Amino acid sequence: MDFKKPQFTKISDYIWEISKDYKQGMRVPARIIASKKVLDQMDDHVYDQITNVATLPGIVNYAYCMPDGHSGYGFPIGGVAAMDTEDGVISPGGIGFDINCGMRLIRTNLTIDEVKPKLHELVDTLFKRVPAGVGGKSKMRLSPQEFKQVMERGSKRCIEKGLGWEEDLERTEMKGSVESADSSKVSEKAIKRGLGQVGTLGSGNHYLEIQHVKEENIENSELAKKWGLFPDQVVVMFHCGSRGFGHQVASDYLNLFLDVMQSKYGIKILDRELACAPFKSKEGQDYFSAMNCAVNMGFANRQTILHEVREGFASVFGKSAEDLEMHQIYDICHNRASVEKHNVNGEMKELIVHRKGATAAFGPGREEIPELYRDDGQPILIGGSMETGSWLLAGVDSAADTWFTTAHGSGRVMSRAQAKRTYRGEELQKNMEKKGIYIKAVSFKGLAEEAGGAYKKIDEVIESATSAGVSKKVAKLIPIGNIKG
Amino acid sequence: MPYKFIDGVAIADVTFEATGTTLEELFESAANAVTASMVEDLKTIEEKITKKISISGKDHERLLHNFMQELLFYKDAEGLVFSKYTIKITGNSLEAELVGEELNQEKHEWITDVKAVSWHMYKLEKTEEGWKAFVILDV
Repeated sequence: MDFKKPQFTKISDYIWEISKDYKQGMRVPARIIASKKVLDQMDDHVYDQITNVATLPGIVNYAYCMPDGHSGYGFPIGGVAAMDTEDGVISPGGIGFDINCGMRLIRTNLTIDEVKPKLHELVDTLFKRVPAGVGGKSKMRLSPQEFKQVMERGSKRCIEKGLGWEEDLERTEMKGSVESADSSKVSEKAIKRGLGQVGTLGSGNHYLEIQHVKEENIENSELAKKWGLFPDQVVVMFHCGSRGFGHQVASDYLNLFLDVMQSKYGIKILDRELACAPFKSKEGQDYFSAMNCAVNMGFANRQTILHEVREGFASVFGKSAEDLEMHQIYDICHNRASVEKHNVNGEMKELIVHRKGATAAFGPGREEIPELYRDDGQPILIGGSMETGSWLLAGVDSAADTWFTTAHGSGRVMSRAQAKRTYRGEELQKNMEKKGIYIKAVSFKGLAEEAGGAYKKIDEVIESATSAGVSKKVAKLIPIGNIKG
Repeated sequence: MPYKFIDGVAIADVTFEATGTTLEELFESAANAVTASMVEDLKTIEEKITKKISISGKDHERLLHNFMQELLFYKDAEGLVFSKYTIKITGNSLEAELVGEELNQEKHEWITDVKAVSWHMYKLEKTEEGWKAFVILDV
C-alpha cells in the first residue's frame, strides 16, 4: 500500500493535526489526541484511515482519533466523526461490526481480604454461569417474538423478566433502551444469529474481570466515594457487545450501502469499509433503526450477564446480591452512532456522532447523563489489558471539541499473530497467577493474543486522555480474576 | 488448502490470502481460511452434518464475500463449523454442500471468534495460475 507518513502540526502537547492537504478529498483536517510517545506508537494505518474518514460527506470540524487508536478498517479503532444530520452520512464502518460493544462496572461491599480466599471458587463459578468463547451458548434460546422485545426495548425487557434491578436502568447509558429501534429493519439472518446469544460474553478481547480498588489508585476521592468506591473494595467489570446479531446487522447494511452509495447518491469513498448513505435517506434511516436494535441487544446482553454475576456472587458468599450491595455503577457503549446536539462554532447543531472504539464522555449538566451523575460528569469505563488494569474516569466540560468523547481501552501495538508467537497461553496463565491474577480462559491461544504486552500501556493512554482535557481520572482498578472467551 | 495468514496488515484482526486454480477451489480455500481462524486444526471437524446452500452476488467478488459470511451465519445461528465443501459456481451464483459438525469447545481447539468479513482491502483477482483473494476478517 502506498503510504506517505503525514506531517503533524502540534496544536498542543496532546493534540496533533494532519492538514486537509495531506490527501485529496479530505473535507476537514484530522486530529489525533495523544502524547508524543503514544502518537509514535500508533501504526501507520491509523493515519491513513483517519484521513479517509475526513473525506466523508457532512463531516464537521475534524476527524478525531483517540489515544488508544489502532488500525481497524474503514475508521481506525478510536475513530470519531460527527456528521451534520441534514447533509451528512451514516457509515457502519464508523461504528464497527460489534455494535454496542461496551463496558459495565458493578460494585460490591466486599473487601479484597474477604474475596481472596474464595477467588478461585468465584472465578470458576462465574466461568460456568457466563457462557464464553466461540459457540458459548446462552442458557436461554429466545423465541423470535421475545427477541423482538429485546431488539426494541433492550435492558428494559430484561428487568421485566426479572434479570436485574429497576435501578440498573438509571445507571446505564440511554437507560439501556434506545428508542429509535425498529426490528422490521433487521434481517431474518441477523435475528437467527442472535436468538441464542443473549447473556454470552463472546471471545477475542471480551472478558469479565474481578478488580481491586487499591487506596493508592483512587485519584479523585470525592467522586469515588460518591459513586460507591472505597479502599480495598472488590468490583466487577465486563466487556462485550451485541454478538453475532450486531455483526450481521453491520454486514447486511454494508452490502446495501455498497449497492446504492454511488449509483443512487453519487458518493465516492476511499475504502469500501467506509460505505455510507445520507443519514436522512431511506437506507440511512433503516440502518440507524437496525443499528439501534443491536444497541439494545448489547445492553440486554450485558444486563443478562449482570444477573448471572449477581447470582454467582450470592452463591459463593452465601448472601443475596442486595446484601452484597452489588449496585451497578455504570454501563457505557463504545461502538455506536447517536444523534446529539453540539455547539458547532457558536451554533447548536444536530449531529450524528460516530464513535468506533471511543466512549461518550459528557461533561457535567448534559442531559445525556442520568440525573444520579449529572452534576458529576458522565462515568466513563476504560478497559485495559487483562494484566495492567482498567480505569474509571469522569466527563469534563473541556471535551466539547471532541463531541464529548474519550478513549475506550488500551489499543493494540502487537498483532494477534505476533502475540501468539511471543506468548504461550499456559505460561501466561501461570505468570499471571504469580502476580495474583487468576485467569480462566476458553482458549489458550486466544489468551496469548490478549497478553498485556500486546497493548499500549493503559496509564499512558489515560494520561493522554486526561491531559488533553477529554476526561478526568477517578480511580484505577486492578485485576485479580479474569474470565476470557 | 492453499491459503496463508499474513501478519501486520490490520493488527487487531486476521488477514489471509487464498488461492485456487479454479474459482471453486479458491472458494474452498477461503472457507478453510475462515474456519482455520477459529479452529486450530480443521482435521478435528468431523463430517457429520451437511448443509445445502444457494447464494448469489452481483459479481464473483461479492459472491465470495457472501459465501464467507454464510459460514459465520451457520457458526452463530446453528453452532456449526465445516471442513468439507462441494461447490458449483454458475455465473454469479453458487450451490454448495457444506459438511461439518457442531462446535465443541472441548473437542475442537478454539482460537477466536470471527465476527465478520470486512471490506477493507478486500480483493478477488484472476491470476496466471488461477484466482487469488485478499481478505481481512474482523475477530
